[in-house]
Amino acid sequence: MFLRKILMASLLLCGATITVAQESRFGTPATQADIDKRFWSTFPDGENLPDGQGTAMLGKPLFEEQCTICHGTPEARGENDVLFGGHGTIGTDKALATVGSYWPYATTVFNYIRKAMPYTAPMSMTNSEYYSITAYLLYENGIIGEGDVINKETLPDVKMPNAGNFIMAYPEVPEEYSIQK
Amino acid sequence: MTEKNKTLVVDPLDQAAGNGLMSRRLFLNSAIAGGATLATAGNAFAQEAVVGEGQEEWTLMPGDDLPEYGDVSRYEKGRVKRFVAPPPGLATASLSGRTPLHLLHGTITPSGLHFEVTHHGIPDIDPDRHEMVIHGMVKKPFKWNVEQLENYPTVSRQYFLECSGNTRVNWADPKPDQNFMYMTHGLVSGSEWTGVPLSTLLDECGVSPDAKWIIAEGADSGSLARSIPIDKALDDTMVAIYQNGERLRPSQGYPMRILNPGFEGNVSIKWVRSLYVTDKPVMSRFETSKYTDKLHDGKSLQFSLEMDVKSVITRPSNALSLEKRGMYEITGLAWSGRGKIAKVEVSADGGRTWAEAMLEGPIQSKMLTRFRIPWMWEGRPAILQSRAIDEFGRVQPSRKELLAARGRQAYYHYHAIHSWSINARGAVRHVFA
Ligand code: HEC
Repeated sequence: MFLRKILMASLLLCGATITVAQESRFGTPATQADIDKRFWSTFPDGENLPDGQGTAMLGKPLFEEQCTICHGTPEARGENDVLFGGHGTIGTDKALATVGSYWPYATTVFNYIRKAMPYTAPMSMTNSEYYSITAYLLYENGIIGEGDVINKETLPDVKMPNAGNFIMAYPEVPEEYSIQK
Repeated sequence: MTEKNKTLVVDPLDQAAGNGLMSRRLFLNSAIAGGATLATAGNAFAQEAVVGEGQEEWTLMPGDDLPEYGDVSRYEKGRVKRFVAPPPGLATASLSGRTPLHLLHGTITPSGLHFEVTHHGIPDIDPDRHEMVIHGMVKKPFKWNVEQLENYPTVSRQYFLECSGNTRVNWADPKPDQNFMYMTHGLVSGSEWTGVPLSTLLDECGVSPDAKWIIAEGADSGSLARSIPIDKALDDTMVAIYQNGERLRPSQGYPMRILNPGFEGNVSIKWVRSLYVTDKPVMSRFETSKYTDKLHDGKSLQFSLEMDVKSVITRPSNALSLEKRGMYEITGLAWSGRGKIAKVEVSADGGRTWAEAMLEGPIQSKMLTRFRIPWMWEGRPAILQSRAIDEFGRVQPSRKELLAARGRQAYYHYHAIHSWSINARGAVRHVFA
């Protein structure tokens, strides 16, 4: 074990000396602007969340204007994915997976709608508008209050009801769910 | 042959050069005309029929000019296609184009018949305005366009791609689906992919030893993102730029895509433009809301990335009935996301007895393998099944075993043994057996 550690350390050192001048044979060095244009991922711990903020109150009219036509309302479902309700149905044969009943991270809601919705005009709203619609979806699913401010500090702290129910299956499905006994 | 009886009407447009040099095309045409004249001209031969009598018309004249881009026979159009007619009331089935496995042979799927699932449509990307950037936990970020990628030494490998939603109808549907094989197995295909190993590009950027995941994002209108484990990225993941010898098609990620051999298709990000090296997964919609497998106890499997060992008989199948008693070849496909297929067994009695099928080589890792076995059908009812085993001894489960372990709501990663029942008249139906 100790020997392995020394070996690893010396390997890393070698690696460091060889790659002092990091070069690409045919690639071009990327600027921050190159990265910002293409990098839309935001993370559960808040990494890469943008400035801006909103509340459910502000989000409701935006949702009704931009989203209801395809996703319906909390009372009446629309043609596309249901975004409200379904609480307590996961694990039954009537599972209704929605933002509220299934999604483990609130940051995913903001991340997805900001880059992909409205479906026919993605990225067409401001960060504060997307924060507000996120707040509205969380509020209607009973997860936050109507006036709670959602921004890059508060969004990662939102606890989603189904968060504890996901099992890491890579590289191996845990024994109890494995078919290969 | 002599040309002496022939009169040529020369169209100036047909002249290829001065002093009578004509287009080669015209020569072909006039030769036919000449031939025809000759055949009827000589009275001495009048009693004798021309030798071509009874031949089909396409044998008796030169065919069409070569097309710029080859297509299937017009008689195959509409027969070999990617869609089944959507059920009445449903507007379209076009968000997933499915491979008609029951109509194909071999293991390579023609590019135009490769399955394809799109969540946000197919972008029409101008390659001159598309670049892929590697950034995050690297010493130095770089970017590449497709012409730059072309300069690297490439690798060409045959791999299957399968959507983890393939065969999902077998989880929850109360009745076995009868839409030929489109709905049950049409989301798996095999291709030769050519590209640059991702590890080559990562090496150039200098990946931090603390890196654990790479977040890949596409340039489609959903900027679809998935997290790739770093061990996979450094192993056999490639940035593919060619499929079956030609540049990727738009629906397959033109001009560049990620290809993770053996992984569920959704992770092989098409139209890739950002690779962010980091120490945690992004938890995108496609690894939380979708592509997670719901279990009977309310838990869900997440990052079930490697496709399970699986097989299916493609002939006979419910698209192809048996016409009469006699000897048939049972053939089908087997694959495993972890490696090579080691063995395929076939049963004609619903799983009571099994015989080992012949595997057609070369057997390649993470690629479709075709199996064959002769079968004498004596007109009795039968249930045909195939069961694949991979090089690690993983065995394709029965439907009962799979449902017992996972319940009926998993939606993704259905990979149980598939059953075709054959009745005394030779009609084939999909059954749950
Ligand atoms: C033109 C129709 C349309 C409009 C308008 C629209 N969406 Fe969507 N939405 C879709 C479709 C279609 C999908 C599923 C895409 C797919 O196949 O992956 C979707 C998916 C979603 C999802 C993911 C659902 C899940 O369970 O995975 C969310 C969240 C969402 N939309 C939110 C919104 C919001 C917020 C708006 C308004 C800003 C909006 N949508 C506007 C069509 C629409």
